[in-house]
Formats: sequence, structure tokens, C-alpha cells
Amino acid sequence: MSALTDDTLPTSPRAVRDEIIVFAGMAVLLALVPFTGIYPFFVMQALCFALLACAFNLLIGYGGLLSFGHAMFLGTAGYCSAHALKVWGLSPELGILVGVAGAAVLSVITGFISIRRQGIYFSMITLALSQLLYFIYLQAPFTHGEDGIQGIPQGYLFGIFNLAKPTVLYYVVLAGFLGGFLLIYRTINSPFGEVLKAIRENEPRAISLGYKTDQYKLLAFILSGTLAGFAGSLKVFVAQNASLTDVHWTMSGEIVLMTLVGGLGTIFGPVVGAFVIIAMQQYLAGFGQWVTVIQGVIFVACVLTFRRGVIGEIAHYFRRSL
Amino acid sequence: MFEIFGIPSQALFGQLLLGLINGSFYALLSLGLAVIFGMLNIINFTHGAQYMMGAFAAYLLLQYTGMGYWTALIVAPILVGITGVIIERLFLQWLYKLDHLYGLLLTFGLALIIQGLFRNQFGVSGVNYPRVPELSGSVDLGFMTMPSYRMWVVFISLIVCLATWFVIERTRLGSYLRAGTENATLVQAFGINVPRMITLTYGFGVALAGFAGVLAAPTVQVAPLMGADLIIVVFAVVVIGGMGSIMGSIITGFALGVIEGLTKYFYPEASNTVVFVLMVLVLLVKPTGLTGRAA
Repeated sequence: MSALTDDTLPTSPRAVRDEIIVFAGMAVLLALVPFTGIYPFFVMQALCFALLACAFNLLIGYGGLLSFGHAMFLGTAGYCSAHALKVWGLSPELGILVGVAGAAVLSVITGFISIRRQGIYFSMITLALSQLLYFIYLQAPFTHGEDGIQGIPQGYLFGIFNLAKPTVLYYVVLAGFLGGFLLIYRTINSPFGEVLKAIRENEPRAISLGYKTDQYKLLAFILSGTLAGFAGSLKVFVAQNASLTDVHWTMSGEIVLMTLVGGLGTIFGPVVGAFVIIAMQQYLAGFGQWVTVIQGVIFVACVLTFRRGVIGEIAHYFRRSL
Repeated sequence: MFEIFGIPSQALFGQLLLGLINGSFYALLSLGLAVIFGMLNIINFTHGAQYMMGAFAAYLLLQYTGMGYWTALIVAPILVGITGVIIERLFLQWLYKLDHLYGLLLTFGLALIIQGLFRNQFGVSGVNYPRVPELSGSVDLGFMTMPSYRMWVVFISLIVCLATWFVIERTRLGSYLRAGTENATLVQAFGINVPRMITLTYGFGVALAGFAGVLAAPTVQVAPLMGADLIIVVFAVVVIGGMGSIMGSIITGFALGVIEGLTKYFYPEASNTVVFVLMVLVLLVKPTGLTGRAA
């Protein structure tokens, strides 16, 4: 049984240096976006999904757990933030906090249930749980069912930054993304991350070494779900709505697809994958249903011929870990 | 007419029957999933799309060849099974040495492709399959009248499920299958063509889904996404029942359908979610599923 990823290169000072260079390059490029005339809304949306995919990747790439229900964190945080901003009239920072807290609570509950099974069952359970949540949100009054929560006020972050201005919002979203990304990077390279990788490679052995693997997996699940929720809260300010599409299983599939395209278990892969998929959706928006078909084709092609993903292939070519 | 909790029993039995019908589909589909998983170690996410293909195959056969329901009930599953064989040869056979999750991802992609193509061709709302004339009436059971077609669905599903169980658990062919599930290398060493067995197993599991699709065609709108949400419920059924036992899948499927029917009667708001809630409860009490072995 070959492992899910080929990320077995040891962390060396050189690898760390590579990663810092790539990260700095990415941060600078993203910071320059408002000066290039690229539509900022597109990049902001992609950044939210990039953070979401990175959070998802923390589970699959480093814990070996394929969650097919990560949209539930995106949607839940979105609904919580949107409700807090619009109905309770809270400030943006508190709105984000409410959303993240909602996703955190949800991830504790769903994590406790789903980590009881591994592998294929874990995927089916997370999918079923997100579908359960979808039906709850469909019927719950505060989500406004099919209409969703619309016209969410953006407000002033910390009372200073006017989020209604696209450039200000862009840098806030970028800061949120980079913060979340660094947190994930730090987690992967911590002793906790090493234990996660050990569990992915050989769980019985990790258990025999005295690690309570269930606790590690649960903690990874909570971290992943909470960060996915953070991405969902940021997305509320960009899209100014919260709707059922964010909770639907098709969204969970897209998150999986982004990470697969970029490279499972690579640090920068999910970011690249998110930009590729979001760009594809933008350019193919006029083709209607063909977008679904093309996404399916990409799934099949990636699994059959391109399992390392974009970044994984690059890293493999240069024999580096990215 | 007697009453239960002040509600006419007719309605209760009606929902129970509807539940049994849903249960038939759960049983047929989860049985196919279990058979495929046993041999291929792949969770077939395309199963819902293949169920839909069965219904559309029946519709297209009627449109273009004038083939009626009864012949389509045999022919459509075979056609869908053949597409399954092609899928296995083209795609799935390359995945057996990889992590199980890749099979899930690939079949998910295939489901997106198939459903997307059908949506392009037939639109979201889909088409209508006519009622079956021989089964358009209803039977008076004394305490309630029951539409004949529904009785037929429950009856034939039960027969097909039990026949599948018999073939797998009680015949020589089934013993090859079970042996192949346990240790494919050893079975191959005994001179049995395991790769062909795997291909045919996938074709058979997929044909079961197609069969369920034909059964469903006269009762529901034949639409490209008719299997998309259903397959998620069937996943929950599979988690509850566990995939270790064929009979377990059948019984769990029917039982959950009935429970869902009862929920529709007593607390309709929860009818969409009751299977998922039960899944959570089962996971909390017995994580390996009701009949499953530790995975």
C-alpha cells in the first residue's frame, strides 16, 4: 500500500530556507496585486479558498484523514458571522470571532464522532455529517433557507479599517490568509505535526510508542475545522452573503479538488490549487454545466496521472520539499 | 378505519410502505457498494450516478426502441453493468495498489462527469417515465389499499437482494469471490482469473445500481441528479450497517427505510436527517457499525 503522499523528504535547513523564500515570494506577489489591475474580488475569493484548502490539507496531507465534509465549517462560520454582523450588528472583528467559534464548536462535535473510524469510513462519515447539517440549515429559520443571508454590512475593522473599500478589504483578507497559513506551517513543523505524520504512516506503531493517536487526530480535526471556519468568516466580507451552496457537498468536493490539483501534503499546493480552480470557474462560467464535467475530468486525470499535484511535481523534480 | 395517536392508520401504513420502498433502494444500493468494496477495496462514489443511468437507460430504450418496462428491467441493468466494466478496465484497475482514498476521489470525479453530461443533455428537471400498465392498480389488503407497483418494488428488491446473498454465500462462484476478498494473491495462485473476477464484480455491483434505477423510474422524476443526494444517504446506511456482511447490508437498508418512513409520519421535519442522526448514534455506541468487523 503506497502512502497517500510522497512527502517523505526530511526537513533540512535547506528545505526550510526554500520554504521561507517561496513564502516571501508569495506574500510579496499577493501584496502587489492591488497595483496590477487584477480584479481584487477574484483574488480575495481565491485567498479564502486557499486558506480553506490549506486547512483541509492539514488533515489529509499530514493526518491521512480525507474529510469529504469540510464545506460544513465554511458554511457554518459563514452563517454565524453573517448572523452576528447583520442581525446582532456586531463589529467585524467580533463577527469573525463568532464565526470561528461556531466552526470550532462544530469541529469538536463532528471530530469526536468521525475520528472513531478511519480511511474510507472517515470520508463517508464526514460527508454524511455535512449533509445532515445541510438539511438542518435548509430548515432553520436564521439561515433563510434557499435565499441565504444577503446584504451583510462590512463595517469598520477595529473601528479603523473601512472594509467597504476593496483595497482595505483586500489587505485584511490577505493578512488573515497569511496568518492562517503561517499557523498551519508552524503546526506541520511542530512536534505535534511530526506525530501526526507518524500516525499517517503507521498508526498501530504510533500507538505502540505510547501516543494517544485519537487525541492527536481530534486536535488536528479541530484545528483544521476552526481554520476552515476562519476562511468562511473572511469570505462573508468578500461575498457579502452566506448561502446553502457553501454547505453543500459539491463545495466539499471542490475543496478536495483544489488540494488534489495543487498537491496533497504539500505546503504551497493548496494555495496554487485554489487559484487554479477559482480561475477556471471564472473563465468557464459561461459554459454552465460543462464546469462540473471539467472538474470531474480534472479529478480523474489527477488521480490517474498527476497524483503529486502541481507543487508536488515541482518539488519532486527539484528533489525538494515544498 | 382505526386510529393511532388520533391519526388515521391509513396514513401510517402509507408512510411505512413508502419507507419500505426507500428501504428497497437503500438495500439494493448498499448491497452493490458492499460487493464492490469487498472485491475492489473502492468506495464507488459513482453508484448514485449509475442508479440514475439505469433510470435513463430505461427511458431511452422506451423512446428509441419502444422497449417496454419488463424487458428494460433486464436490459437496462446489463447496459449499465457494461459501462461499469468499461470504467473498471479504463480507470479503476490502475488504482488497486494505491491508497483506498484515490478510488473514492476517482469515482467522485466520474460521478461529476456523468451527472454533468446528463444535465447538459436532459436539463436539471429531467424526464418522466410512464407508469407500468400491468401494475397501475392497487391491492386491497383489508386494513389499507396498496398501489401494486409499490408492492412489486418491495417484492422484487427483496428477491434480488436475497438472490445476491445466496450466490455470494452459498455457491461455488460466491466462494471464489469471498476467497478473493480475503486473499486475492492466493486465489490467483490456485488458477482463478482474479482480475476478470474483479471486473465482473464491479460490473455486477453497478448493474444492481442500474436495476434500482429502473425500478425507481416509474415512481420518481427521472432526473440527472436523482442519485446525487441518495448516494450520501446510502453511505450513511453503509456506515451504520458496516460492509462486512451481505445480509447485514440488506437488513440495514430495509430497516432504515422503514425508520425513515415512521419519522415522516411522526415528525416529518426530521425525515431528511433521521438516517444521519442514527449514523451518529451508532458511531457513538458501536463505531464498527452494527454488523461490521473492525476495519
